[in-house]
Amino acid sequence: MMSGIHDVRVPVGPQAAAITDLWTLMLVVCTVVFVAIMVALAIAVWRAPRATEKAAADLAEHPRIDRRLRRGVGWAVAASSLLLAGLLVASFMTDRAVARLPLHDAVRIDLVAHRFWWEARYDAADPALAFATANELHVPVGRAVIVTLYADDVIHSLWLPSLAGKKDLIPGRESTIAFRADIAGVYRGQCAEFCGYQHAHMALFVVADPPDEYARWLARQRAPAREPATAQERRGRELVETTTCGMCHTIAGTTARGRRAPDLTHVGSRQTLAAGTIPNSATERVTWITDPQKVKPGVDMPPIDLPPRDLVAIAAYLGSLE
Amino acid sequence: MLRLGLGMIAGQYRARPRREAATRMLRDGDGAGSESARALERTWSDARGIVGFLSANDHKTTGLRFVVTALLFFGAAGVMGGLMRHQLALPEQHVVGPDLYDQLFSMHGTTMMFLFAVPVMQGFALYVVPLMIGTRNTAFPRMSACAFWLYLFGGALFYGAFFTNTGADAGWFEYVPLAGPQYGIGKRADFWNMLVTYSEATGLMVAVDLATTILKMRAPGMSLRRMPLFAWASLVTSIMIIFAMPMVMLAANLVQFDRMLGTHFFNPSEGGDALLWQHLFWFFGHPEVYFIFIPGLGFLSSIIPTFARRPMFGHDAIVLSLITTGFLAFGLWVHHMFATNVPELGKSFFTAMSFMIAIPTAIQIFCWIATIGAGRLVMRAPLLFVFGFFFVLVIGGLTGVMLGSVPLDLQVHDTYFVVAHLHYVLLGGAVFPLFAAIYYWFPKLSGRVLNERLGRWQFWLFFIGVNLTFFPLHLLGLEGMPRRVYTYGAETGWGTWSFVSAVGQVINDLSMLLFVINIGYSLVKGARAGNDPWGAGTLEWSVASPPPACNFYALPVVSSRYPLWSPPGDVTHVRGLSAEIREALVTTVLDARPDTRYAYPNPEIWSFVAALAVTVWLVWSVWSVPGFAYGLIPPAIAFIAWYWPNKKEAAEEVSWETEP
Repeated sequence: MMSGIHDVRVPVGPQAAAITDLWTLMLVVCTVVFVAIMVALAIAVWRAPRATEKAAADLAEHPRIDRRLRRGVGWAVAASSLLLAGLLVASFMTDRAVARLPLHDAVRIDLVAHRFWWEARYDAADPALAFATANELHVPVGRAVIVTLYADDVIHSLWLPSLAGKKDLIPGRESTIAFRADIAGVYRGQCAEFCGYQHAHMALFVVADPPDEYARWLARQRAPAREPATAQERRGRELVETTTCGMCHTIAGTTARGRRAPDLTHVGSRQTLAAGTIPNSATERVTWITDPQKVKPGVDMPPIDLPPRDLVAIAAYLGSLE
Repeated sequence: MLRLGLGMIAGQYRARPRREAATRMLRDGDGAGSESARALERTWSDARGIVGFLSANDHKTTGLRFVVTALLFFGAAGVMGGLMRHQLALPEQHVVGPDLYDQLFSMHGTTMMFLFAVPVMQGFALYVVPLMIGTRNTAFPRMSACAFWLYLFGGALFYGAFFTNTGADAGWFEYVPLAGPQYGIGKRADFWNMLVTYSEATGLMVAVDLATTILKMRAPGMSLRRMPLFAWASLVTSIMIIFAMPMVMLAANLVQFDRMLGTHFFNPSEGGDALLWQHLFWFFGHPEVYFIFIPGLGFLSSIIPTFARRPMFGHDAIVLSLITTGFLAFGLWVHHMFATNVPELGKSFFTAMSFMIAIPTAIQIFCWIATIGAGRLVMRAPLLFVFGFFFVLVIGGLTGVMLGSVPLDLQVHDTYFVVAHLHYVLLGGAVFPLFAAIYYWFPKLSGRVLNERLGRWQFWLFFIGVNLTFFPLHLLGLEGMPRRVYTYGAETGWGTWSFVSAVGQVINDLSMLLFVINIGYSLVKGARAGNDPWGAGTLEWSVASPPPACNFYALPVVSSRYPLWSPPGDVTHVRGLSAEIREALVTTVLDARPDTRYAYPNPEIWSFVAALAVTVWLVWSVWSVPGFAYGLIPPAIAFIAWYWPNKKEAAEEVSWETEP
C-alpha cells in the first residue's frame, strides 16, 4: 500500500526544514547537557568515600568545600540559564521562519475533517470549476498552499510531518495552515488529535506533482465522472444510483448527490480507500463495500446487502472513475 | 529527659494548668512504659471492630490506606499499559479492538494521574509529615479519613463501570465535543466526570489538612528555616492543589451539565466554545504534573542527606526552588495547546515560561549532586533509585524543553514523542523517587527492612525496562506515529521500535513482580529495623517502628534541621498536654512557638457515612436529572449529623475554657 514519507527528520518544505534544523540544535545541546550532568554525577559518586548507616553524620562546617560547591552549582546554574536563553532565541527565530513562508500565488484548499476522513474542496472563481475530493490532496511542487481547516464533528488535528507540523481543527473555529512542497512525491499525514474509534485510520496523503502534472490532475478532477464503458460498469452505475450509495456519496454527472460521505467522482484515481486503511484495488473495493465495519469498525458506512455479482459491478464501476 | 514542664505552656494558657491541679488529669511527657505513655496509647488508638475500622482517623492508618490503595491502582493501570504495548507490538494486531483500546488508554491515564500519582504522594505525606514535624496527628484527621473513603468509592465505581463496559473512552484529558452529549455516547464520560469530582474533592481535603498541619502543628522550635524539605515539598504541593483542583472540578461539572442538563458551555453552535475546556483542563492539568513531581523532589531531599551522611547542601536554594516551581507551574498550560489557534504572541510567552521552569529543577539537581559529592555514601537500594531518578528525569526534562518550543512542539505534539517524554518525566520524577521512598520508609511503617538484594534486582530490571520501553517511543514520534492509535499498518515502519517497547514492558512487569515478592517476603522475614535503620536525622526516626499510636510520648523540641544528628539542646521535650483526651499543640507559622492547644473530636463513623452519602448523590446524578438536586439530601443529612454538636464534649470543652 502507498506509504508516503512521514518523518520529522526528512523535511521536503522550507518550514519542516527550519524545524528540523531547530531539532538538530536542540538534540545536540540537550545531549551535551545530559552527558555533562551524568558525568558530574558519576564523578561525585566515584569520588565520594563510602560509609555505613552507623557513620556519624558530618555536621562540621567546611567553609572551603562549601565555597567550592557554591561556585560549582552557581556556574552550572548560570550555564544552564544561558543555554536555555540561547535555545529560546533559536525557538523564536524558527517560529518566525515558519511564519514567513511567501504566500503569493498560493493554492487555496478547504479541508474539512470528519470522523474519520478528510474532505478537500478546491474552490474556483467559476463554480463550475470547483470540485471536491477526499483523503488525497494534490499540490503543485514549489508553490505555497494555504489550507483552511474546519472540523465537522469533534476536534481533529492535521499533521504533515515532512511538510509543516500540525494544526488542530476545532468545531466552531476556523484555522489555516500553510506549507510548500519542494520535492515531488507522496507525503503521508495523519489525524493527530484523538477523535474516536478510528482515529488510527485517518490518514491524509499529500501528493506533490510537478506543475504540468498538477495542471492535468486539476483538469481531470474538474470534469464530471467518466461514462461507464462496459456492461458491468453500466450495471454498477445503475446500482449506485438506485440503491443506497447515492444517499451519502456524490458522483458528479450522475444522480448520486449525497453530501454525507467522500465524493466519489474520481475515486478510481485515488491510491487508498477509507483514509489510508486499505489499498484501492479491485478486491479491496469489494471487501470494503461488502462490510465496511469489518475493515474499519466504527465508520459511518453501513454494509451493502446486495448479491456478490452486483457488489463486484459497483466495485468495477468505482474503479473506472479515474 | 529534660522536661520543659508546664512553664512554657502555662505562661500563655493559665486556665488549664489550674484545672489540672484540681483534677489531676494525666499529662503526657513521661517516657515509654510510664503510666502516662500507656494512657496516651489508649487515647490515640483507634477502636477495634468494624465500626472502629470505618471510623479510624489516625493519620498513619489513613496515609497507609491511601498508599496501599494507590499502589493497587498503579498495578491495574500498569496491566492496562502492558495490554496496550502488547496490542501495538506488531502492526495490524487484534489483541483488543478499538473500543476496548480507547477505554484502556483512557483508564490507564486517568488511573495513573487521578487514582495513583496524586493519592500516593498525599498518602505518603499523611503518614510521614506528622512524624517528621513532631505532632500526633494531622490537623483535620476526620476530613482526611472521609477523603480516603471518597477516593476508594470513586475508584471502585470507576472500575466497576469499566468492568461493565462503561470505562471512560475519551482519554484522560476528555476533550469535548468527543466527550460531550453528542459524541460521548452511553455513560462512559459521565463516570469520568464523576471520578474527577471524587478524586479532586479527595485531593483538596487532604491538601487542606496537610497545609494546615505543616503550617500550624510543627514541633516547638521547628521554625520554617528548620522544617524538613519533604514537609516543604508537601506544603508547596498542597497549596498548589488548593488553587488548581477546583478548576478541573468546575470544568468536569460543566461537561456534566452539558450532558445531563442541556447547557451549552462547550457547544459552538449555541455560542459555547470547545476550546474553553482545554483552557480549564490544562490550567489544572499542568500544575497536576507538579503535584506529582514536587513530592518526588521532597523524597529525594530526604533520602540524599541520609545516605550521604551530611546535611543537604543548598537547603535554602532548594526551598526557594520548590516555591518557584509552584508558581511557574501555573504559567505553562498553553504549551499543551500550541496546535490550536490561540494567538501566536501568547504562545511565545508560554515557551519562555516552559523554559524557565527548568531552572529551579536544575538548581535542585546540582545541589543534590553537590551533596552526594561532598558526602560519604551509603550504597543502599533507596540511593540506587535516586541515581535512576537522575538518569531518567534529566532525559524527560530535556525533552520537555524541546516540547516547550512552539515550532518543535507543532511537529511532535500528540505523537509518541510526547508519550516518551511524559513517561520519562513521571517515572523519573515520581516513580523512581517513590520506590526510593518506599525502600526508605518501609522500615518505619512495618518495623522491618526491605530485602536489599531483591531491591537491587528490582531497581536494575526497572531501570532497564523503563528505558527500553520508553526510549524507542521518542523515535516513533519523530517517525510520524501519533498517540492513541489502536493499530497501525505495516507500511508505516513503526513495527520494530514498537516491538522493542513491548519487550521493555515485560521487563517492567518482572520488576514489579519482584517488588511485590520483596514486600511479602520482608513483611515476614525482613530484618528488624529498630527506630532508625538508616541513621537518619529527622524526627520520624526517633520513634519506634512502627510508631506508637500517639507518635511521640513527649512532643520534641527542635533546635536544628536534623534534630537526631545535632547534639541535643537545653530543651528536648515539652510536656503538659492531656494523655486522656486527644490533644494537640498548635504552634505559630513562622517560628513554631507554642501558640495554643487544640482538642480533637473523637473518631466517629460520620466521615465514612458522609463519603457514602456523597457517593449516593454522585451516582444518582449520573442517571437522573432530579438526582442532581434530590441527591444532595443524603450528604446534607450526613454532614449535619457529622457536625452536630456533641453536648458532653462541648460541656467539657467549655469547662476547660472558663475559669472555675
